[in-house]
Amino acid sequence: MKANCWFGKNQMQVVEVPDPKILNPRDAIVRITSTAICGSDLHLYNGFVPTMEKGDIVGHEFMGEVVEVGSGVKNLKVGDRIVVPFPISCGSCHFCTEGMFSLCENSNPNALMAQQMWGHSPCGIYGYSHLTGGYAGGQAEYARVPFADVDHVKIPDNLRDEQVLFLSDIFPTGYMAAENCNIKPGDTVAVWGCGPVGQFAIKSAFLLGAERVIAIDRVPERLRMAQEQGGAEIINYDDLDTYEGLMEMTGGRGPDSCIEAVGMEAHGAPLEYAYDRAKQAMMLETDRPIAFREAIMACRNGGTISVPGVYGGLVDKIPLGALMNKALTIKTGQTHVQKYMGLLLEKIQKGEIDPSFVITHTMSLEDAPKGYELFKHKQDECIKIVLKPQL
Amino acid sequence: MKELQLARTLGWFSIGLGLAELLTPRRISKTIGVKPHPGVLRVMGLREITSGIGILTQKKPTTWVWSRVIGDIMDLGMLGMAFGSSHAQRSRLAIATATVAGVAAVDLLCGKQLSRRYPEKKAKGEQGKIPLHKVITINRPAEELYRFWRNFENLPRVMGHLKSVTATNDKRSHWVAKGPMGHDVEWDAEVTQDVPNKLIAWRSLEGADVDNSGSVRFETATGGRGTVVRVQLSYNPPGGVVGAKVAKVMGQAPEKQIPVDLIRFKQLMETGEIAKTEGQSSGRRKSTSAKFDDLLRA
Repeated sequence: MKANCWFGKNQMQVVEVPDPKILNPRDAIVRITSTAICGSDLHLYNGFVPTMEKGDIVGHEFMGEVVEVGSGVKNLKVGDRIVVPFPISCGSCHFCTEGMFSLCENSNPNALMAQQMWGHSPCGIYGYSHLTGGYAGGQAEYARVPFADVDHVKIPDNLRDEQVLFLSDIFPTGYMAAENCNIKPGDTVAVWGCGPVGQFAIKSAFLLGAERVIAIDRVPERLRMAQEQGGAEIINYDDLDTYEGLMEMTGGRGPDSCIEAVGMEAHGAPLEYAYDRAKQAMMLETDRPIAFREAIMACRNGGTISVPGVYGGLVDKIPLGALMNKALTIKTGQTHVQKYMGLLLEKIQKGEIDPSFVITHTMSLEDAPKGYELFKHKQDECIKIVLKPQL
Repeated sequence: MKELQLARTLGWFSIGLGLAELLTPRRISKTIGVKPHPGVLRVMGLREITSGIGILTQKKPTTWVWSRVIGDIMDLGMLGMAFGSSHAQRSRLAIATATVAGVAAVDLLCGKQLSRRYPEKKAKGEQGKIPLHKVITINRPAEELYRFWRNFENLPRVMGHLKSVTATNDKRSHWVAKGPMGHDVEWDAEVTQDVPNKLIAWRSLEGADVDNSGSVRFETATGGRGTVVRVQLSYNPPGGVVGAKVAKVMGQAPEKQIPVDLIRFKQLMETGEIAKTEGQSSGRRKSTSAKFDDLLRA
């Protein structure tokens, strides 16, 4: 089959690889009908995630048709149409049974590697470095789905791929980010980053009862989408200082909750960006927490900061004094996708939301490397790319 | 505690001398009668300061006092070399050398006293045996875990280094494991303690290739959140302590294998299978995961 593989920094290549096989009783194989490039894939592309290996098949947002099931999978049959959640979760460990699927204790075969770096290992993740298991990803014609009996949501025929594909990651990720804000009626939520996760965070904050959402970015088309599709007020930080803008808009109190949907490769004020970029280049820090710092400073006293943005290692100059003295709460984590898939599918079926609004480009799988370039440089007003192996 | 007081004095002396070397290298060069080499003296100064800080900040400064002794030897070596230089003022050099030699004698004395007072810990446990203790929490009842483990023939399913275990009767079993350099090691073992659902202990019998003993305990976790499994092993490695070091480097030491085996035991008990990526597709021949795996279980 054809698969999009990582071959180094800024090097993706669609190559011919062996078809996936059932390796364990609870596996299934899907023929992929739609797969997407995620913002977090750009961290791999830009070389910021350690333990990638040349030839790794990437991609963790995919859906398709079941073509083979292992002997241990009783609730799926060949021909079923499913979306696969990006966290690989067993469904039976302590964390899975508590609904914290992304903390599954059993799905990362390289748990000891992750333990050395983070103290404990999270779940395995498709196509996202060997630290999270080294599982082959879904930017391919076929994929192996471990623990397939737990890790799927079945899709009825009346919904198009584009409407449900993002149940695999970014819709639940935006939703969990908003849920983590513990929104109360009348609340104002600020969202850093208007990429796809930011867009879903904006929508979800309104779904969960926020009165106002303020979106922060500097890319005009992304701000436009936040405003027109999401109904958010906007701050373009190229024109207006984020802190000043937020204080002006919230009567000096600051937003009740802040969603940091940017992560380790943030941009910001030129001087601060230069500082973090230089430290990163010298390997004095691995991640650039610019948006995170801003959120801590701007959040109202006693407010909540929710971080769906991806971080990998160590950062510098976190205003812990502000965090403590302002009595802030921080909530974060990889998304417990399996916990939200059913609920969000229902919202899509009821027409409360149509996630396809974020898609700006549809390409064939063969064009994946071109897609990464386009997405990375935000060319052609690119916000979200869907790849189709059949095109 | 005289040796500690002496060590502290030496620590302060280190810092003082180090600062002098760092800040006024030219003057020091003149005093000891050598051609000025500010770079060399500054590096020596930094070394002195490091030793000094080490001595003053550690409760047991043994290692740092020995680092001074090594420094003294380096200094004496360099002074010796300086005698050969045409720029040297020999009378000043002789005084400097005598001073350093004097200090070196004090350092040596202090180091010896400290080493005697705080002898390095030898391997814990019994003579020559390497003890291991690992713990993991498994989300299954103790009965189930006990039942799996009590049938030793099950263990090769989760323990990568075991080739087979054959029960000869209810108490005795024959074990075959992968040993270093591709040689199998074998032994007979006997159950020494057996408390259903709580504890199993075993010991190898006379004539074992690897003399070993172990136990596994099952305790209900706080709040009923699964079962805490505690594994204890101790063994006399083939080839003694050196053999153990070699095995460790080769990734075959039980210290490295047991954590992996326990994770696999947990996976099998909780999910009915062992998570794996060996054999999956990729754009290359062998994955990092597979290499990592090989290293741990070779």
